[in-house]
Amino acid sequence: MKPIQTQACCPEASAAPAQTETMMKYVLAGIPLLAAWWLVYSNLEAFSGWFAYDLLKLSHESHFGGAVAFFVYDTPKVLLLLTLVVFGVGLIRSFFTPDRTRKLLAGRRESAGNVLAALLGIVTPFCTCSAVPLFIGFVTAGVPLGVTFSFLISAPMVNEIAVVLLYGLFGWRVAAIYLGTGLLIAMLAGWVIGKFRLEHHLEDWVLEIKAGENAYTEANMTPPQRIRYGLDAVRDIVGRVWLYVVLGIAVGAAIHGYVPEGFMASIMGREAWWAIPVSVLIGIPMYSNAAGIIPIVHALLEKGAALGTVLAFMMSVIALSLPEAVILRKVLKPTLIAVFFGVVGFGIILVGYIFNLVI
Amino acid sequence: MLIKVLGPGCRKCLETEKLVQEAVRESGCEATVEHVRDIAQIAQHGVFTTPAVVVDGEVKSVGRVPSKADIKKWLGK
Repeated sequence: MKPIQTQACCPEASAAPAQTETMMKYVLAGIPLLAAWWLVYSNLEAFSGWFAYDLLKLSHESHFGGAVAFFVYDTPKVLLLLTLVVFGVGLIRSFFTPDRTRKLLAGRRESAGNVLAALLGIVTPFCTCSAVPLFIGFVTAGVPLGVTFSFLISAPMVNEIAVVLLYGLFGWRVAAIYLGTGLLIAMLAGWVIGKFRLEHHLEDWVLEIKAGENAYTEANMTPPQRIRYGLDAVRDIVGRVWLYVVLGIAVGAAIHGYVPEGFMASIMGREAWWAIPVSVLIGIPMYSNAAGIIPIVHALLEKGAALGTVLAFMMSVIALSLPEAVILRKVLKPTLIAVFFGVVGFGIILVGYIFNLVI
Repeated sequence: MLIKVLGPGCRKCLETEKLVQEAVRESGCEATVEHVRDIAQIAQHGVFTTPAVVVDGEVKSVGRVPSKADIKKWLGK
């Protein structure tokens, strides 16, 4: 990180000493906070056991005791992880405005462009309601159509909330699989869409917009501003998501001993080959963010549904949705929307099968 | 003075509109606040992340909810 921004963009150049002072305050407050975080995090398991079995005097063998210990351990664990990761990602995002991403991607060749776009989808701050204006901004600036789609697929699907929740609840393997395949789908689906050469299936008025007219660039942020950006992200995201996390873990804990093991196995198990396309079809009209779908994912996996099937369901809920199709209809002609849903849906189904075969 | 809030109507866009309304009222400016939801019109401003705030044709912020202090600065108060 550069120590001090030297751009003479604003009359705040004289405020540099004050800036260093704020930065010092953040660092001084940050170190004990991080230490406390680590202390709490590393003692959670011991605490949850003590809480359930010593304080509440529940039996080690009882379903209820196990459920309480699980809940008391997992809830703070996932929330702590989420807070730290959202803050970290917030810091990184303060370096990647959509405008900078657009410049990085403009005029990029396909393939390399698809890879870069999918990766940038993770770190570029992006609100789903901006999807259409962003789409226009990218296409009119000369970002190839397929590369734009790689970005649009990766941005909602591969996000830090999904990865942290999967890591906290199901371990690093599931999280890594999700991250890897999500990126792969975004890259390949975008590449395939690019190969179809469907540029003429954009609505005509989109192509008439001149790129970069009145284009506005944000001034570079100062280091304390970046930290504040990260803190705002924590307040915004964790504030919105914590309820789903608690609910998800409670569902997992509640059904732990009470719904028969393997209840879902016959319907969504590995042997039911038709389960994957059906899950994806059911997932498309549903719309939820990564956090909202986690309680369902948790319940399904717990009861014997196959990992590939569940991940395919989760991806189709997050990445494809009917409301999104309605919004995109303003800029895309129906053929292009159909291709978009078809290619992404097909990719998700493929990933589901590969996982059920491999794992 | 004409202030436009650009955004299709998501949570953050509505929040921005509310803040702009408040800032205008508190600073006593003569200003009309307009919420532009039409995607084509938004794109015409060269804006591609919402919410965005445009004051008299000049884009002041994009892709974030500005603070009330920022908005007042744009109003010239």
